[in-house]
Amino acid sequence: MEEKQYTILNLGPTHPATHGIFQNVLTLDGEQIIDAEQTIGYIHRAFEKIAEHRPYYQITPLTDRLNYCSSPINNLGWHMTVEKLLGIKTTKRADYMRIILMELARITDHLVCNSVIGVDSGALTGFIYVFQEREKVYEIYEEVSGARLTTNMGRIGGFERDLSLKAVKKIREFLDHLPKVLHEFEKLLVRNRIFMDRTIGVGPISAERALNYGFTGPNLRAAGVDYDVRVMTPYSSYDDFEFIIPVGTQGDTYDRFCVRQQEVWESMKLVRNALENLPEGGFHVDVPEFYLPPKEAVYSKMEALIWHFKIVMGEIDVPVGEVYHSVEGGNGELGFYLVSDGGRTPFRLHFRRPGFIYYQAYPEMIRGGVLSDAILTMSSMNVIAGELDA
Amino acid sequence: MENSFIIDKLYKAFDKDILKMNTVSDILTFTVAVPVIHQVISFLKNNESMNFTFLTDLCGIHYPDRGLPLGVIYHLHNLAENKRIRIKTFVTLGEPTVPTVTDLFSTANWMERETYDFYGIIFEGHPNLKRILNVEYMDFFPMRKEYPLEDPTREDKDDRYFGR
Amino acid sequence: MHNKPPLYNKAEAPDGYTAPGIFATTLDKVVGLARKNSIWPLPFATSCCGIEFMATMGAHYDLGRFGAERLSFSPRQADLLMVMGTIAKKMAPVIQQVYIQMAEPRWVLAVGACASSGGIFDTYSVLQGIDRVVPVDVYVPGCPPRPEQIIDGFMKVQELVANESLRRRNSEAYKELLTSYGILK
Repeated sequence: MEEKQYTILNLGPTHPATHGIFQNVLTLDGEQIIDAEQTIGYIHRAFEKIAEHRPYYQITPLTDRLNYCSSPINNLGWHMTVEKLLGIKTTKRADYMRIILMELARITDHLVCNSVIGVDSGALTGFIYVFQEREKVYEIYEEVSGARLTTNMGRIGGFERDLSLKAVKKIREFLDHLPKVLHEFEKLLVRNRIFMDRTIGVGPISAERALNYGFTGPNLRAAGVDYDVRVMTPYSSYDDFEFIIPVGTQGDTYDRFCVRQQEVWESMKLVRNALENLPEGGFHVDVPEFYLPPKEAVYSKMEALIWHFKIVMGEIDVPVGEVYHSVEGGNGELGFYLVSDGGRTPFRLHFRRPGFIYYQAYPEMIRGGVLSDAILTMSSMNVIAGELDA
Repeated sequence: MENSFIIDKLYKAFDKDILKMNTVSDILTFTVAVPVIHQVISFLKNNESMNFTFLTDLCGIHYPDRGLPLGVIYHLHNLAENKRIRIKTFVTLGEPTVPTVTDLFSTANWMERETYDFYGIIFEGHPNLKRILNVEYMDFFPMRKEYPLEDPTREDKDDRYFGR
Repeated sequence: MHNKPPLYNKAEAPDGYTAPGIFATTLDKVVGLARKNSIWPLPFATSCCGIEFMATMGAHYDLGRFGAERLSFSPRQADLLMVMGTIAKKMAPVIQQVYIQMAEPRWVLAVGACASSGGIFDTYSVLQGIDRVVPVDVYVPGCPPRPEQIIDGFMKVQELVANESLRRRNSEAYKELLTSYGILK
């Protein structure tokens, strides 16, 4: 009896699909996958070490580059963590503005993920339609923060400037135009016979295994568990709004695709609601120790000049303590564990990155499938290399 | 689930091994001794009244000027009742071994590898303890406080521009 | 008609001698013209700059109208290696392998601050610029650079391609360059 020979196939680190760089060495029996061995760390940029050497407001550009498809969520989550450490509560208007920007970021993240699932299964058209919409959101980010992709948005205590009229107009136009594009995108893929055959039953994971693996976000909701950080521990006035959490049944690729698609609709409703009900008030809370005073005051008043100096040179007293805060990122629970020893820079900052945690389950999800299923499973999980390696 | 309920149950089960308790932080925090850490986590997960079935996070920390400098910090979450808890345990530099929790939570696999990669804490019983994010041939543990952020082998930096 | 900029919809002919039915010019100009308008890039996208590249390939900015419509993910079939994003020390041997597998003539475009010089990540694990492992032709700074900047960098590569001498890849100076990187032993 001849011994069975397995094929070893190297998938990566340079992928034909622009997901990011990580390596999978698959063991195949013919075309069936027996096992997979993963190597990550090809883009390890030592965020946690850098964070120990930067003051609190300089860590915001660092958090941008975690899940770079939805940078505002990372930025604003970090600001909320620092505010939790300092015990500051922001104004309602700042909270609603944060909701608007975070939900816009979530829309863009899900749109990228879904269109890339289409690209990986051969449907390139959806990608082109969707990226046109992303350009509109980039313009909104530019109005608010000045940058397209890595936004460095907001300040500790709120925002640096109010939502300008142009930004509000652009958001309204975006919300009016998006449903048409989403309907076109859905007509292409959601009830498409070929797409359904390729994605139903592919890469499934049960709810118990998903919870054991620490899944959160759309991947967990596709398996049937309705855990959403925005509902479980509401932050930034999310409890003022009502929205549905879409949940799947089997945890396969089609469920993940549909959950993300439905979340885009829900996020749109949230943005519209927050924009219509934007309360009057300040766009930042008055925290002189952390919020830079306006430049006119710095040049004319002594007190503002002293605060400016103290903030920039780092002579502010930061309370000693530790705090863990999490937000619902595009991929799941993005957590920030901050330990402060009273100094200018954090003593320890750890990012709980959802992509790192659920990518461990990948070998279990593709076992028994074929190679093209493995590719689709990977793109439906939305693994972003910046978040994986930090 | 009240804090007092958790405190009572934990003290009843692990009386002397709970070294410190902190109710001032945002989450109820316990520091436990290393030999019982696996039993504590298992108790928190499997006991019907505790039910902390979700391991949110596992990370390491290094306090250079303490007797037990290296630490591992676990964040657990009871999804049904929305309660979080933080467990800390500390080891010495000479014997940095902590029992693994991979048999309880599959998610701890890579998290422990990352903690090993950064701090050199060895998890007994881990199926595959090797470096995950850094290069394989690296021989120091970069997140420890004594190592610098920048690559010390660079020759092309002009000290005038870098403030040295 | 009067204030419109000229549309870039035809390749401009190089200098040469024109007569009815005859156009005479030097060989390297013709080859340069053909090569520059049909570059097949290899998008080596690692992080955030990769997303800006995806936006550049999209309909709004459209790199395809410069001839780079056909992306090749196999280095054997690519002309231009576009490195977009941070390269860690773990990835450096990989990028050198990819460069070695490309066939001559090949060019390298470093997009973004991280690929040019390490960017904001001055740490123990990040390679401070890909020009430590491969020879780079054009650097595009930015974090991330706007799609217009990426297209500008691409157009500079096109200029380099159009004006390259046919003997450059066999010359001594080029061989020395590759030996200094350890590519040619």
